[in-house]
Amino acid sequence: MKLIDLEQLSLQQAATALRQRDFSSFELVTALLEAIHRRQGELNAYTWVDEQDALAQAEAADAALAAGRAGALLGVPLVIKDNISVAGQPCTCASRILDGYRAPFDATAIERLRSAGALFVGRANMDEFALGSTTEASCYGPSRNPAAPGRVTGGSSGGSAAAVAGGIALGALGSDTGGSIRQPASFCGCVGLKPSYGRISRFGAVACASSLDQIGPITRTVRDAALLLGVMAGPDTRDSTSVDQPVPDYVAGCEGGVRGLRLGLPRDYFAEGNDPEVTACVRRLADRCRDAGAEIVEVGLPHTRYAVATYYIIMTAEVSANLARFDGVRYGARADDPQSPEDLYCRTRAACFGSEVKRRILLGTYVLSSGYYDAYYLRALKARTLIRRDFEQAFAGCDALLAPVSPTPAYPAGMGQADPLALYLGDSYTVAASLAGICGLSLPCGTTAAGLPVGLQVLGPAFAEDRMLRVAAACEELHARERGGRP
Amino acid sequence: MKYDVVIGLEVHVQLKTVSKMFCGCGTQAGAEPNTQICPVCLGYPGTLPAINGEAVRLGAIAGMLLDSEIARCSKFDRKSYFYPDVSKNYQITQYPHPICIGGHLDITVGGAARRIGITRIHLEEDVAKSVHHATFSGVDFNRCGVALIELVTEPELRAPAEAVAFLQALRQTLVYAEVGECNLEQGNMRCDANISLRPAGAERLGTKIEIKNLNSFKAVQAALEHEIVRQADLLNAGGVILQETRRWNADAGVTESMRGKENAHDYRYFPDPDLLPVVLSAEQIAEWRATLPERPAARRARLAAEYGLPPYDAEVLAAERPVADFFEAVARRCGNGKAASNWIMTEVLRLLAESGTGIEACALTPEALGDLIALVGRGTINQPTAKALLPELFSRGGDPAALVRARGLGQVGDAHVIAEWVETALADNPGPVADYLAGKQAAAGYLVGQVMKLSRGKADPKQVGALVARGLEARRGGESGSGAAQAPGVVL
Repeated sequence: MKLIDLEQLSLQQAATALRQRDFSSFELVTALLEAIHRRQGELNAYTWVDEQDALAQAEAADAALAAGRAGALLGVPLVIKDNISVAGQPCTCASRILDGYRAPFDATAIERLRSAGALFVGRANMDEFALGSTTEASCYGPSRNPAAPGRVTGGSSGGSAAAVAGGIALGALGSDTGGSIRQPASFCGCVGLKPSYGRISRFGAVACASSLDQIGPITRTVRDAALLLGVMAGPDTRDSTSVDQPVPDYVAGCEGGVRGLRLGLPRDYFAEGNDPEVTACVRRLADRCRDAGAEIVEVGLPHTRYAVATYYIIMTAEVSANLARFDGVRYGARADDPQSPEDLYCRTRAACFGSEVKRRILLGTYVLSSGYYDAYYLRALKARTLIRRDFEQAFAGCDALLAPVSPTPAYPAGMGQADPLALYLGDSYTVAASLAGICGLSLPCGTTAAGLPVGLQVLGPAFAEDRMLRVAAACEELHARERGGRP
Repeated sequence: MKYDVVIGLEVHVQLKTVSKMFCGCGTQAGAEPNTQICPVCLGYPGTLPAINGEAVRLGAIAGMLLDSEIARCSKFDRKSYFYPDVSKNYQITQYPHPICIGGHLDITVGGAARRIGITRIHLEEDVAKSVHHATFSGVDFNRCGVALIELVTEPELRAPAEAVAFLQALRQTLVYAEVGECNLEQGNMRCDANISLRPAGAERLGTKIEIKNLNSFKAVQAALEHEIVRQADLLNAGGVILQETRRWNADAGVTESMRGKENAHDYRYFPDPDLLPVVLSAEQIAEWRATLPERPAARRARLAAEYGLPPYDAEVLAAERPVADFFEAVARRCGNGKAASNWIMTEVLRLLAESGTGIEACALTPEALGDLIALVGRGTINQPTAKALLPELFSRGGDPAALVRARGLGQVGDAHVIAEWVETALADNPGPVADYLAGKQAAAGYLVGQVMKLSRGKADPKQVGALVARGLEARRGGESGSGAAQAPGVVL
């Protein structure tokens, strides 16, 4: 067995090595499974792994490689967040209510990755139904942050981020509704990309809030994120909200640097309440960009202060309807010996949904109720329009925005139990981009004195992923240079 | 106390689409339970709806037929309620922005014409069907997700008979344009009725009661009649009507309370974020409008005018589009609208009813019937021969002219030949001849029949009648003075 450095290997390197027969897919997957064995107990990043199936997929990939078949990801293993359907695999959304359920079909994004040769070796832990920002609200128990013991991974795609950062996955898929890719990537110290709304088909991703959800990659490098995005992006007849916009070569788009670009710092994202070390890390990298020839300007996003309230009304409203289908009638868990349909619903949902899920269903039901709709939901839609306009105006004056992902580094474990609202406010700098439908990416930009990773958020206009990736790749290189090495 | 009755209807019509409203599943009726299902219509986690364009077209066509305004932009909403037959526990429907706004339909009841306003028509998906067994219930999802329109009328119907007339006219109109099959009994048209009473002449509407489970025209009529009596009795006794939903129990012939206003659902409607608005361009709407078939009322009027048919004939022939199409083809072929109408209304419709087939499915082509009528018109065959040929043409098809030639069925019009048959018949039947001469005119008909029999049906009936009369009168002359003087003068 050749030595494979799973801690460092990028998806691009793995794909190249497989093509060049430096090692086989079987060897790579075997090494990965061993690493999972070693570290899963500590990280709890996976909810499910089928070793036999993973090795069988690897053997098939090796045969395809031997037969000279091409594929950007041929033989490369990925871990998929447990709310994205892979045919034949569980898709529990980390909820007891989907106990025993296996997806009968591939999500469109999975279908495209599969065509490119990717392997699906396991399912990643998450907050139940992607409702949370710590991955503590999982029926499988919390994932743990490989970079910072005693701290949460962030969430909801915490299992994906922990696996990638912890050396037990080369790349992962997550889903982002209000920061669920960007924030855990930031907390764990990896790259997380939330595409523009409509860039990747949502078909097969279990809906949390349909007008906000996007599938996206969590990887070790910006170019890996670009690679996965390029495979998955593009319109899909099965998702009416997917958009028919050209899909450029995102990896090639990562070249070019920031010279001549105008980058905005939204002053509303550098508020008093921020952890000063977070602000300092982000500003330092912005300075490096200026040194590299970018123009740095301050911009306003004046409706930022309404973003969290707006987000929690729209998101919970959609959640309350989207999660109604989990009733014990057709799939998943169900209460024993129901006396009536109502009895079946009540006992199944009471027993199988966690408290955060119940809280959001109740909030969403309330804001859509007759007599409250206009006061909450309709006003939230208006506020959403204002937030979208903020970004349109900001992007009229600059090419991309640089901002913190979260006001703080990773929370201490258990913090949200006592004060859920504190966690909601921690979403301040990610939810606005989701409401506006623009693209965003988180990449490491330093660590606090205590060694906690800090993420830089690069925001781009809708469907300007190529420009956002160019800035992000430049920032990645500037940060690496600062640390005295290459990424 | 006298009351005015106010009725409004909510009608669901299943659209005639090959696949469901939001997925590719089939819509065939009568399939084995749960064989026309997929992850999308079952509401599996991660699935998304995709709009069926044909359903949108048919919804717009329905609106055009009813003079609705077709919305350039309509939207889908989620209507949330928990029930096992709603796979997602919300139904996708259209709430504030339906595809068709306004409109009307003209009806005639007891000779009086009325125009009934239509509030709206919207698109939605059907729900599944619960099947209850002794110790458990099952759900058949075949129907779940099938494309429907829901049409809501203004509260402008004043009597049960008007409600039924409206439904019949609606059905005729939509079937004409092949929007739906509209069969209440089969459930592909369903109706809920809202009814209220108010003191005669009063302006303010009374409290309305919604009646469900009306699955035949008879049920609509009976349930509304029952409800009028029930509400009037209640009001006369000093009672108050409370807004509620009631269910028609056809067996007991009564409506029964289902739920009161306090238990009404809060459906928590909101725009479905999975679907984009349905945007129709003016060009698209115009293109669809150009394909609209003639409406039943217009066709009735045209058939009467163009072919000189009495109103009753025009109504019967125009009732169903395939029959009307068939009639016009026959009329064009034989050049005689009235004869074509007579043949279809008496013979063809009877044969269709007896065989239980549709006019498109039977072997009789409009060309064959047209030719048959033309053969009679030209005197090549007589009417009885034509009638005798029809069942065969109906069940097996064929060319009438060829059949007539092959079987030698051509009419005999030679007066000498017919006179010989008449003489034989009169000589062979002295009894009826005597009866006739004794004043029993019906005996002449019998003798005509005997002549036709001798001719094996081929004699020209007109000539036979005249020659039998002449022969009989000749015999009367020979018996003068036998007391037949009081026999009535014979005019044949």
